[in-house]
Amino acid sequence: MEKILTQNIDKPNSQDIKVYLDGGGYKALEKALSMKPEEVIAEVQKSGLVGRGGAAFPVGLKWSFTRREHTEPKFIICNADEGEPGTFKDRIILKNDPHLFLEALIIGGYAIGASQGFVYIRGEYYREIEVVEKAVEQAKEKGYLGDNILGSGFSFTIQVYKGAGAYVCGEETALIESMEGNRGAPDCRPPFPAQSGFLGKPTAVNNVETLANITAIITKGGDWYSKIGSPDSPGPKLFCLSGQVNKPGVYELPLGITLRELIENYGGGVRGEFKAVLPGGVSSSLLTDLNVKLDYKSVAKAGSMLGSAAVIVINKDTSIIDVAKNTVEFFAHESCGKCSICREGTRRGREILSRFANGGGRAEELDLMLELGEVMYDTACCGLGQAAMNVPVSAITLFRDEFDQKVRK
Amino acid sequence: MSTTSWKTEVDEVIKRRRKSKEALLPCLEAIQEVSSYIPQEAVSYLRENLDVPSIDIYGVITFYGMLTTKEQGKYAIRLCNSLPCDLNSSKEMLKVIEEELDIKAGEISSDKKFTLEVVPCLGLCDKAPAMMINDKIYENLTEETAKKIIAELKG
Repeated sequence: MEKILTQNIDKPNSQDIKVYLDGGGYKALEKALSMKPEEVIAEVQKSGLVGRGGAAFPVGLKWSFTRREHTEPKFIICNADEGEPGTFKDRIILKNDPHLFLEALIIGGYAIGASQGFVYIRGEYYREIEVVEKAVEQAKEKGYLGDNILGSGFSFTIQVYKGAGAYVCGEETALIESMEGNRGAPDCRPPFPAQSGFLGKPTAVNNVETLANITAIITKGGDWYSKIGSPDSPGPKLFCLSGQVNKPGVYELPLGITLRELIENYGGGVRGEFKAVLPGGVSSSLLTDLNVKLDYKSVAKAGSMLGSAAVIVINKDTSIIDVAKNTVEFFAHESCGKCSICREGTRRGREILSRFANGGGRAEELDLMLELGEVMYDTACCGLGQAAMNVPVSAITLFRDEFDQKVRK
Repeated sequence: MSTTSWKTEVDEVIKRRRKSKEALLPCLEAIQEVSSYIPQEAVSYLRENLDVPSIDIYGVITFYGMLTTKEQGKYAIRLCNSLPCDLNSSKEMLKVIEEELDIKAGEISSDKKFTLEVVPCLGLCDKAPAMMINDKIYENLTEETAKKIIAELKG
């Protein structure tokens, strides 16, 4: 398959604008600026591209919602706050091919009618922040940012924001709160950022990998793009393979390949004997069937979630209780504390699983955990609380024996 | 680490981002970077210069993992314990580092040279177990390499 997202990363000095321009960079921007904004959005809608940050919302639709708002100014934000354990895909684009998504951010700004864009990068990505800041400067020098870009009359600037170590800020309303100088607690929706986002203005928020698809869509057309991979969810995807696997790493592959193909053909097989896998990081549910196809619908049908495609492999030497405990500890630490169900639920979950991990589990608490998972899914305000119990609930469902063995005698 | 150095940085940020609440996080990040923690005088300075109440400033500081009001060691060690690192022996790494430094996670060494913290995912899952010391990345740790890294920094 022709690479789209990682097409440039192996070139020497791939982060430099000269190398990017030699490879035909910023031609998509030129083309987009010769189109009407509505035509740009229509092309993206035709492509069938959905957001790659985890929520899989159609990108063209998001842009059209922001476009049709009448309030000014409007903003577009690139969400580079990648933090889901097991996810390290945006990092390779940020570090090695910053112009690929910056060009797309400018195109997105033009499409929705924004003149100000932001890149919100997690604070731990020191090197990547430097690279992106430098890339913004280079784009400014070459006239791809600033006033009257390429003589089109369209003006656009980009500012880089640094996160400071909070997983929940990857959630778009929390990210906006963080940019406004507040604690990064998500807001209940509606209103959606498309109506009321940064500083209360219409705002589109797109993930780095999502944006990295845009230049190819503008250059080659939405129809061309929609034929890549699975018809249900077209396009390439960056799969992050980690855990107990021989060759962990980022692999660009069409959506729709099976877990088995990914792990065996690309990941060099499981280290040890296969037990279970998380297809979408610690927010997703465990799967034991390697024949599941990795696209949004197939993974959902199998009872899990593709999310950001952080595929974490677990072998038979690992206690599933330890896995569940690790994930709930993570969510208890990262819960913003705004919804009591998430704040308290993750803490109670942590206590219950600690008891099981130490061999002092209470039998009646297994069903309580399942119920807690349901209540949190139904009532938490944001995705963090809704997904926090996915690993423990699926662990209890799939490996109840292991838990039973750890019940206090 | 003098007061004047963070003041210069903060003034620079306020000039660039203008006096607004949106400048708060970038200001705090600048102070953290220069001083390795956020001293009380800095909070008072921001309160006056950004017109944001102290309670909101402390609210923001305590929310974000990379901001702290506690003095940090010269070397701030952040060891990842999220699932991909956990599946690759990060717990063993923690034990080794705690023993080498004779401190527990969350503590500062008596010579104030090291602080050790266990943190969530650093985005280095394909090179697990991983840690960062200040802004430097250390990947594919083993007991041996972890010991060697600490020994070198101890000097």
